[in-house]
Amino acid sequence: MQTEATLETPVHRQRENRLRATLAKDRKAQFGVVVLGLFIVAAIVAPWIAPNDPNEMTLDMMNPISAAHPFGTDDLGRDLLSRIIFGTRISLFIGFSTVIIALIIGVTLGIAAGYYGGRLDFIIMRYIDLQWAFPNFIIAVYLVAVFGTGLFNIIAAISLAFIDDFARVTRSMTLSIREEQYVDAARTMGFSNIRIMFGHVLPNAMAPIIVQATVSVSYAILAEASLSFLGLGVDADTPTWGLILADGRGFISQAWWLGVFPGLAIMLVVLSINFIGDWLRDALDVRQAI
Amino acid sequence: MTLLQIENLAIDLTRGAQTHRLVSDASWQLDAGQTLAVVGESGSGKSLTALAVMGLLADELTPAAGHILFDGKDLLTATDDELRQLRGPQIAMVFQEPMTSLNPVKTIGYQLTEGMRHHLGFSAKQAKARALDLLEQVGISDAKRRLKQYPHHFSGGMRQRVMIAIALACKPRLILADEPTTALDVTIQAQILSLLSRLCSEQGVGLVLITHNLGIVARHARRVVVMYAGSVVEAADARQLYRAPKHPYTHGLLSSVPRMDTRKGSKLLPIQGAPPDPFDVLRGCRFNPRCQHATDKCLTDKPLIDHMAVHAVACWNQLDTPLDHTLNRPISNNASGETRNP
Repeated sequence: MQTEATLETPVHRQRENRLRATLAKDRKAQFGVVVLGLFIVAAIVAPWIAPNDPNEMTLDMMNPISAAHPFGTDDLGRDLLSRIIFGTRISLFIGFSTVIIALIIGVTLGIAAGYYGGRLDFIIMRYIDLQWAFPNFIIAVYLVAVFGTGLFNIIAAISLAFIDDFARVTRSMTLSIREEQYVDAARTMGFSNIRIMFGHVLPNAMAPIIVQATVSVSYAILAEASLSFLGLGVDADTPTWGLILADGRGFISQAWWLGVFPGLAIMLVVLSINFIGDWLRDALDVRQAI
Repeated sequence: MTLLQIENLAIDLTRGAQTHRLVSDASWQLDAGQTLAVVGESGSGKSLTALAVMGLLADELTPAAGHILFDGKDLLTATDDELRQLRGPQIAMVFQEPMTSLNPVKTIGYQLTEGMRHHLGFSAKQAKARALDLLEQVGISDAKRRLKQYPHHFSGGMRQRVMIAIALACKPRLILADEPTTALDVTIQAQILSLLSRLCSEQGVGLVLITHNLGIVARHARRVVVMYAGSVVEAADARQLYRAPKHPYTHGLLSSVPRMDTRKGSKLLPIQGAPPDPFDVLRGCRFNPRCQHATDKCLTDKPLIDHMAVHAVACWNQLDTPLDHTLNRPISNNASGETRNP
């Protein structure tokens, strides 16, 4: 295709080119990038684009869709569109930050367990098994119940709950990669174990970790929504998608928009992230390209 | 000056409560800047010996006895840190499989320069300059562009050239090459071997060539060590070994390789049978089931080898007639009709 041009360019530029080239062919990824991009922009500029103050109560209670309130209003007369726009901030922030934290801890545990094996592997994996025995969401609920609600606690609880997924994926990849000859070759060059683990093993294990990360972002957003729905969310004054859904639950038969719009927002973001994850997995695999 | 000396090395495989000796009493030595070939069939212990030198034996394999002295320092008792300091800048290795010994997700340039930056403290710029130089030395043209490519852009032969460049990158004093040409096309095997051997002798690097092919090392090694079933059976200067092998096994190896000067009509002589299972306890000489010259003594007593001898042989019935390569004839004339006089 563009062999010559690509080979002349620096490595990071090659990667950009590859990302762009695969994006051009991938309709779903384009959808994901655009939709997620819109949500991120909306989250950043929320105060300027939201038509109303998200917490401002009016007497227009449970109004259906109208020019003044494009998504209608809730039982306290708050503008639903504004609440969803502001809710994007918390939902996306929690979604990404929890996954980044869980990824760093989980990957480190998994790679150490897989690479060193033996007793360390046994100890780490028994902990992971313990966590694996409980559904992620139950763990998050438990932690929030014990340590209390609030943004920091929610993030900590959801991150902890996702560690085992990353540890498992990373360990299983590490187990096969550490037998590869290039790992032996790296050892014959006198590199330290840390350097081999993070410089040679990890880059080869990235594809399933990226997939796991994108799936987890979706789950983390849903987990936050579920926690808020159960009243274990950030706090009652901060609009999040889960909280909006929870508030609308009681009125679903009279006001369908209270359930549909926040649900739609969650669905669109989760879908976009999954599409983007598939695209990244393919595009970042240097072995497939060119 | 002796660079690498292996003394009575034994390697044990532990499976559960059982221990099997896979390598026993292996001894050889290499002088600085020289080339030594270690030859033997699969399972002869030649690769295990090399892995033991690198400290890369699998967990269930342990060096049970002997010493591996590199520059007078015993590698078997060295700490991990000491070994890490040696690997790369002192001892490097070229593997058999060029297709799998390069990291598929890192550029060639990264893999070439990593060692230099790590061990020699080179800046990115210095390392890149040396990497370009190395690629040219190993005969890869358009080096500048090649540095930015990934292993999958290279053919097998090219990758082995890159591996050689990586091995040379930190200016080691010893390179272990474990069957460096076995996975390559026949057409480029000789090229790669000549390249490796030339670069090592130019740069004064000691080279241990591990191979199952006696034919290809003839030109490159000063001295040849033949291993069979975990032991050294014969060690001699290459010329001497080719002209007059004394061990029936070496003789068999040489007779089973086709040569340009083999007379028309004479057949290749395979060695009958297969190497013994390392898990079998075999008394006497381990080659006796396959040996045409075996006597009763071979069945009961293990032949000893004098490692210090110029032409060391572990055999009770050493052959003393030079080998007639042109006929592929065994010395005793009882080859069950496999040879035909022209």
